[in-house]
Amino acid sequence: MNNLKLNILLLIIAVIAPAVFYPVFLAKILCFALFACAFNLLLGYAGLLSFGHAAFLGTGGYVTGYLMINTGLSPEIAIILGMVAGGILGAIFGKLAVKREGIYFAMVTLALAQLVFFFYLQAPFTNGEDGLQGVPRGAIFGLIDLSNNYTMYYFVLAIFILGYWIINRTVHSPFGQVLKAIRENEDRAISLGYEVNRYKWVAFIISAALASLAGSTKALVFNLASLTDVHWHMSGEVILMTLVGGVGTILGPILGAGIVVSMQNYLSGGELGNYIHIIMGFVFVVCVLSFRSGIVGQLLKFKRNNF
Amino acid sequence: MTHSTPDVILQTQDLTKSFKGFTAVSGVNLSIQRGHIHALIGPNGAGKTTVFNLLTKFLKPTSGKILFNSEDITKLEPAAIARKGVIRSFQISAVFPHLTVLENVRIALQRKEGTSFHFWKHESTLNRLNDKAVDLLDSVGLSDFASTVTVDLSYGRKRALEIATTLAVEPELMLLDEPTQGMGHEDVGLVTELIKTVSKNRTILMVEHNLQVVSRLADRITVLQRGSILTEGNYQEVSNNPEVREAYLGSEIETEHKHSAEVAS
Ligand SMILES: Nc1ncnc2c1ncn2[C@@H]1O[C@H](COP(=O)(O)OP(=O)(O)OP(=O)(O)O)[C@@H](O)[C@H]1O
Ligand SMILES: [Mg+2]
Repeated sequence: MNNLKLNILLLIIAVIAPAVFYPVFLAKILCFALFACAFNLLLGYAGLLSFGHAAFLGTGGYVTGYLMINTGLSPEIAIILGMVAGGILGAIFGKLAVKREGIYFAMVTLALAQLVFFFYLQAPFTNGEDGLQGVPRGAIFGLIDLSNNYTMYYFVLAIFILGYWIINRTVHSPFGQVLKAIRENEDRAISLGYEVNRYKWVAFIISAALASLAGSTKALVFNLASLTDVHWHMSGEVILMTLVGGVGTILGPILGAGIVVSMQNYLSGGELGNYIHIIMGFVFVVCVLSFRSGIVGQLLKFKRNNF
Repeated sequence: MTHSTPDVILQTQDLTKSFKGFTAVSGVNLSIQRGHIHALIGPNGAGKTTVFNLLTKFLKPTSGKILFNSEDITKLEPAAIARKGVIRSFQISAVFPHLTVLENVRIALQRKEGTSFHFWKHESTLNRLNDKAVDLLDSVGLSDFASTVTVDLSYGRKRALEIATTLAVEPELMLLDEPTQGMGHEDVGLVTELIKTVSKNRTILMVEHNLQVVSRLADRITVLQRGSILTEGNYQEVSNNPEVREAYLGSEIETEHKHSAEVAS
């Protein structure tokens, strides 16, 4: 019940936020929030640290961007296809990675993501360093024109809510129960007859598909799909967002994404722009050292202890 | 003729495991009779846990065969062996610490529901398993703790929960690796009785250091030493075997006899 109230409150805030903030900025936060939530599904609920999630964000963006520029597809179809492409890529990544454990899992995902990066760098359709520019937003169902930033924002909000709902449901499903059991004690889960790698694999595909959904949407918001989104920096950034906000909490990654995106936005414009990576690194270290369960994790602890 | 061949549930043939030249398990021929509580004993490092790891395929045998109900299961994956009905516990307690006690048991019940990949369903669909889970918790005396987060349970209760979780998958053969290790006197008694109770209609293979527990429970005992079987028999036979006394049990049996003599007088 409490959760429901909180979700409604957040929804109200999200609906009226464009009255105060620039809608493109808000849409950017939502895209990264979805990306971080998708990542958190793996790290927080299956205990799998992927260091290659940029590949999915980027793939979503490139596929959707390419389709919007070169075909007459409407944006919702282009987004779905971007998501499917990311899901397929995730199935391949996952198949190879889930056999490995701990740091080796992270290394396999990083290596595969680097491969994907070089592919996009070389492939003719991505325009290399320049990226796909001028991606048209189109009109949903051919009816609702997205070129207006406010319309775009509410479309992104709808996508975010859908993605957020899928993640929430996955976490609180029979499948989610097994995932948690695997995270808690993998050997025990095996000894009860669960083929843990298949569960990890399915979780990986869901996570990859939703990360691509975030990337597809982002390409429409910024009319751009570029190498930035597939670079390993981006894989690191989503880890940062999730850890700062609170890994394994539903709301943590959203807050983390909000904080990181806001900092980047305000810092990069000002004279501190050159130091942005140092400042972010500093924030990260402080967060990880002072509250290891992230901001939301810390708040939950505080609530448990005091109420 | 049929009555003369005992019903063997699990058999190993020349089971061997080497770790980089060191042979931890060497040519072990085990034969577990259906319905028995079979104890596997031996000094530290004898290879008992390694045998368990081989039987459940957490380790791959270097050579040898494993037959379960006369079927060769040597090549199966660990989860597949579990689904055949061979369920193991671990030497260190194996629970899901941040799930509730009820959820721990429900995870085990859930597998046979066939909805374990259904990420689109709500977890409340699992509530229909709650009654069964509570029954199982009841059978190990934990029903009052159903909603406790498992990490908060005492050590003895965690081990009882493990047994309830194992029972939930209705195993044909239970492998228990030192179920009473690290327990106080009282808990040892409770868990011993618990194992006795759940052994009805089941077969249990257990590693156990506590000889009182072994003498109370075991129908048959296999003694392992440096990876090989030293001897096998019932408690009387094994404890009277001079080799066993010398190799491992000697001091412990004497002290135990002294102890029981003191208690008797
Ligand atoms: N994965 C492994 N790699 C290398 N050596 C191992 C491995 N597992 C076990 N061993 C070695 O095999 C031998 C048998 O170990 P095992 O754990 O089976 O003994 P145990 O009989 O269960 O002993 P305990 O009573 O202490 O539990 C030991 O010498 C151990 O060091
Ligand atoms: Mg052992």
